[in-house]
Amino acid sequence: MTTWDYAPAPESAALANLAPTYRPFVDGAFVDGGGEALKTVNPATEEVLAEVGTASAQDVDRAVAAARRAFEKTWGPMPGAERAKYLYRIARIVAERSRELAVLETLDNGKPIRESRDVDVPTASAHLFHHAGWADKLGYAGLGPDPRPVGVVGAVIPWNFPLLMAAWKIAPALACGNTIVLKPAETTPLTALVLAEIAAEAGLPAGVLNVLPGAGDVGAALVGHAGLDKVAFTGSTDVGKEIQRTLAGTGRRLTLELGGKAANIVYDDAAIDQAVEGVVDGIFFNQGHVCCAGSRLLVQESIAEEFSELLLRRVETLRVGDPLDKNTDVGAINSRAQLGRIVDLAAAGDAEGAVRWTSSCPLPERGLYFPPTVFSGVEQTMRVAREEIFGPVLSVLTFRTPEEAVAKANNTPYGLSAGIWTEKGAKAMWTAQRLRAGVVWTNTFNRFDPTSPFGGYRESGFGREGGRAGLEAYLSA
Amino acid sequence: MSLSPAVDGRLPVAKTFKLYVGGAFPRSESGRVYPVSDTKGRLLAHAAQASRKDLRDAVSAARGAFGGWSGATAYNRGQVLYRVAEMLQARHDQFVDDVLAAEGGTRRKASGLVDAAIDRWVWYAGWTDKIASVLGSVNPVAGPLVNWSTPEPTGVVGVLAPQSSSLLGLVDVVAPVLATGCTVVVVASQERPLPAVGLGEVLATSDVPGGVVNVLTGSTAELAPWLAAHGDVQALDLVGAPEEVAADCERAAAGTVKRVLPRPAAEPDPARAPGIGRLRAFAEIKTVWHPVGR
Repeated sequence: MTTWDYAPAPESAALANLAPTYRPFVDGAFVDGGGEALKTVNPATEEVLAEVGTASAQDVDRAVAAARRAFEKTWGPMPGAERAKYLYRIARIVAERSRELAVLETLDNGKPIRESRDVDVPTASAHLFHHAGWADKLGYAGLGPDPRPVGVVGAVIPWNFPLLMAAWKIAPALACGNTIVLKPAETTPLTALVLAEIAAEAGLPAGVLNVLPGAGDVGAALVGHAGLDKVAFTGSTDVGKEIQRTLAGTGRRLTLELGGKAANIVYDDAAIDQAVEGVVDGIFFNQGHVCCAGSRLLVQESIAEEFSELLLRRVETLRVGDPLDKNTDVGAINSRAQLGRIVDLAAAGDAEGAVRWTSSCPLPERGLYFPPTVFSGVEQTMRVAREEIFGPVLSVLTFRTPEEAVAKANNTPYGLSAGIWTEKGAKAMWTAQRLRAGVVWTNTFNRFDPTSPFGGYRESGFGREGGRAGLEAYLSA
Repeated sequence: MSLSPAVDGRLPVAKTFKLYVGGAFPRSESGRVYPVSDTKGRLLAHAAQASRKDLRDAVSAARGAFGGWSGATAYNRGQVLYRVAEMLQARHDQFVDDVLAAEGGTRRKASGLVDAAIDRWVWYAGWTDKIASVLGSVNPVAGPLVNWSTPEPTGVVGVLAPQSSSLLGLVDVVAPVLATGCTVVVVASQERPLPAVGLGEVLATSDVPGGVVNVLTGSTAELAPWLAAHGDVQALDLVGAPEEVAADCERAAAGTVKRVLPRPAAEPDPARAPGIGRLRAFAEIKTVWHPVGR
């Protein structure tokens, strides 16, 4: 019998133009940071990719001072139409260098090249392009006739979408006339530094954008810096709470994009095959390293058995392995620490009596991998139902009535996203109205667009990113 | 003015001031009261001094009322808020007396403040069914999908009312919370609480469902930390917070990632024209996506 296996289709790592060393970007130049250099590794192989200079507290001071100067002297007074042109240039160069950026992102993060190529980089470019167009139209944003920038922004971003998160912060901040100091995640600093290089290529005035690699201590020094007017953070709820405490009483503005434990509700009248695809995409996209991942499947009891069978059969076909291979569906876990957290939480699922199913797909012999995993028989009180795992682990719960689905979906301190699968429009809307979540995907999942506000309710944070609503965080009206 | 002297041999009936919680008027469970004086230091009344338990009851009432109030049609909420203006208008002169006693100044000025408070209810009544059009959007996403964003009420909002403006200041911060569809627990001006108690009586007879507004009187500094830390409170307005507790309240709010309107350097002048800032502050933007296809 003929088998139709995929032949390997690896993208060339050489496209990333990887340099042996990378340095912080302060006041328009790459500088030697005062912090201890870190080595960023390829999670697919655990080989060192490059050495990255990190920032010291003095570098944070210098970057904030440079941003303040730029805000007062060049960027703040510049007409919006001129600011727009810089952002358009940056957006265009990101698109031109998209292949390089995609490969670099995949090397540093471990995500499949298909996702960095088709999602991360194009969406990053789109965010820059979209916000460029706002720069000279802010009076039409509905916040008042003459909104003003807030000043110097400190931004701290996570490792799951390193370039995309950088663009999400930089684009609206700069479009609104602010200047920014950005700290990328410790394990994924490379694309943000190439973005700084692109900004310099585009001629962006010195100090408008500063990028400071480093670990949590650099982030803490940045968000606590008295020279900032605003902090924008994307990351875990625990760190978000700490930042909110740090900023208490300072009058500095804050937006938080935090964790989630999204419910993906499948009604018995859903288009089943489509729902299976959506549930798979909802949790296994980006190895589940997504704050809005559909990590809690709520399936109506009457179809639970049939749905689970189809779901597991589909998950079994996911190809786990070399992120640079264009056929790879699930790539590497970003760091050993994160892999450890996933292993621990999955063990908690076993200990609390959930039933673990693991895909039999072969894993590479080296590198950081976790196989697609589904827990069934999950109760709402279990840790796998309550805590964000941030990995390719799905928890399956059941419900009988729409009311019960809504109650279970909302039974979480989080409120970032949710999914609904039904062919009945009225029921989809009824459910969407009742879910306490900032983004609700009906018969689709994990869609992002720069025109579309994204952000959470409750302990998933406050503030929105994208569209008109997203501008509010960066303007005083 | 409850402790006014006998006139023509008749002693006026003095009023006992209570809390307004869950649509009822309980005394503080603590049994505590505190003296309230006019601007010249003359005793006006003893007001209830709410305890932590009273505050928890109030939050519980506000949480219980949230589903009904947020689920009501915007048109209906607008009518109810307009009804508050009607009822306040009908008791105009009583509120002039109360504001005059609380804030001093001239009767003409107090009358103007009551007029403005009535007009403020009318202004926000008109907003209930317009917020979505102004703060919401249809987003032209790339791809075969339709997607729109709408403002939704954040939940229970804890408000520390302005300390100086006893009625208008209170209305200025409570009415926008109600207009968004949120429910509220408000701690009235500590030194000038009596107009707030009167407003509670108006609200109770204005078709505002019980629990939608809960008015506590007492020590702002004592009650504020419990409100800021309460897990069933989603947002906090610190406009009237004593300076020494404001930062602590913000820190406590971080425990549940509450939305916080920080304490301003000076209490805002409630007589200025209101904007939509307070509507935005207590609205969450929800984005719903749906595919387009055949």
